[in-house]
Amino acid sequence: MKVEQISIFIENKSGRLAEVTGILGEAGVNIRALSLADTSDFGILRLIVNDCEKAKQVLKERGFTVNKTEVVAVEVPDQPGGLSRILQVLDREKINVEYMYAFVERCGENAVIIFRFDETDKAIKALQDSSFNVLPGERLYSM
Amino acid sequence: MMFHEEFECMPRPALEALQLKRLQATVARVHGNVPFYRESLAKAGIKPADINSLEDLQRIPFTTKQDMRDSYPYGLFAAPMEEIVRIHASSGTTGKPTVVGYTQKDISTWTELMARSFVAAGVHKGDIIHNAYGYGLFTGGLGAHYGAERLGASVIPISGGNTKRQIVIMKDFGSTVLTCTPSYSLYMAEAAREEGVDFRDLKLRVGIFGAEPWSETMRGEIEAKLNLAALDIYGLSEIMGPGVAIECIEAKHGLHIWEDHFIAEIIDPDTGKVLPEGEKGELVITTITKEGIPLLRYRTRDITSITREPCKCGRTHARIARMSGRSDDMLIIRGVNVFPSQIESILMRIEGVEPHYLLIVDRDGNLDTLEVQVEVDERIFSDEVKVLQALSKQIEKEIKDLLGVTCTVRLVEPKTIARSEGKAKRVNDKRKM
Repeated sequence: MKVEQISIFIENKSGRLAEVTGILGEAGVNIRALSLADTSDFGILRLIVNDCEKAKQVLKERGFTVNKTEVVAVEVPDQPGGLSRILQVLDREKINVEYMYAFVERCGENAVIIFRFDETDKAIKALQDSSFNVLPGERLYSM
Repeated sequence: MMFHEEFECMPRPALEALQLKRLQATVARVHGNVPFYRESLAKAGIKPADINSLEDLQRIPFTTKQDMRDSYPYGLFAAPMEEIVRIHASSGTTGKPTVVGYTQKDISTWTELMARSFVAAGVHKGDIIHNAYGYGLFTGGLGAHYGAERLGASVIPISGGNTKRQIVIMKDFGSTVLTCTPSYSLYMAEAAREEGVDFRDLKLRVGIFGAEPWSETMRGEIEAKLNLAALDIYGLSEIMGPGVAIECIEAKHGLHIWEDHFIAEIIDPDTGKVLPEGEKGELVITTITKEGIPLLRYRTRDITSITREPCKCGRTHARIARMSGRSDDMLIIRGVNVFPSQIESILMRIEGVEPHYLLIVDRDGNLDTLEVQVEVDERIFSDEVKVLQALSKQIEKEIKDLLGVTCTVRLVEPKTIARSEGKAKRVNDKRKM
């Protein structure tokens, strides 16, 4: 029930983001979701792609620092209060969210939230116990 | 005004005769007491009796900072420990400092020369000397302190730090002389402005600045901002400490090196050949009156030139030009000696950090800045910002703790730091001197 995410270290200089997406495009890798965390000096680009291994390989070949991490994708009804209910569960279970980002499914009713937890397994269990739909990786990769 | 007019104005033939006599005694002393010198002189085929002229000095091998490190801590001492009354040390590359010991006579010589330097700078009895050089293992604080007392001036042993308090004290105590690093003086000027203190309301008349390289432009800036005459002083702990050479207030043009105690040579740092007067090269100093740790032909790594032209102040002692750089990779950042290799060893201790780094030294306003660029590879990379920021903080803290210098760490992408064949370029010194 975990989703593989790659993260890429990017210095804050113009053109770097374009370079990453360019490399992925050339390799035929499709980006499903992304978020960019930035500081004054550097950024961390986090991507969910259709082919994690390939993305990692082509970026590494071009000299980027790439890591793979496991995140959790949760489906939430695309309506007011959807995210709030998820966060209430996590708060009750004292599960820490390191970061999160969201996107809306292409032809569905629902939004998908990507979470990075400090305790991934515990979080998945808590969310499932509260009847939230935790999406398997394959579902996202092939979306 | 002169403190030791007889010596300071000694005609050069007499001065050189005195130098030779003292050099001969020094060579005999180290040959007798220091195994390192006995061996190096033997290797060069020199016996103390072979030194018959000042030119013979050129046959003697150099002493380097590495020799001092290899002899850590007391290997080069030429006096028994019971005669050593003071120990100082300067920072070294591998965490081991360079250690120097002073006999009672050495302390007395240093005190006299520092007092002599103060007088050359126009300082006199009745002055209130605000001594903001650091007190401790560093020679700056105590060296200036003893000289000031010998002169009969009032010394305020304020040491470094707590700039706001320094300004209050300078103002309230009526300090007339300021001693510190040139960059710190400008930092004080800024801090004073923020506190609403105008240097024109202070009684400062003379500033004696040293322990780091500075420029004529900076002199102009200091003199304008602090409303005093700014003079350059030179010294290094290996040779003695502050007071080896100083500019005279009359000429402000070149630093008189006290030749009755030191012999200065300028060499080509690559070939070791002595260069003619006026040419720029590495300053090499031989101490000729020290007992604790006399050094023969010590390579200071400082780049300068020397002139024996008469000076308008009347002193006959040669003048060395303002230091224009260093012949090795040592950096002086806010008065602290920093070797790239020290930073490298700190980085290497941090798990996952590659030894690919670049030091960018610059000057922000008046303060030296140090940026350490570190390449981020997979072992230290994290998808969480806070992990990377904690890593930067850790490196900054370790450098601060171990080297005493504040820096900012900048994480960069791998392979962005130029790899060159042979000697890697580790330093980009953007400071304009």
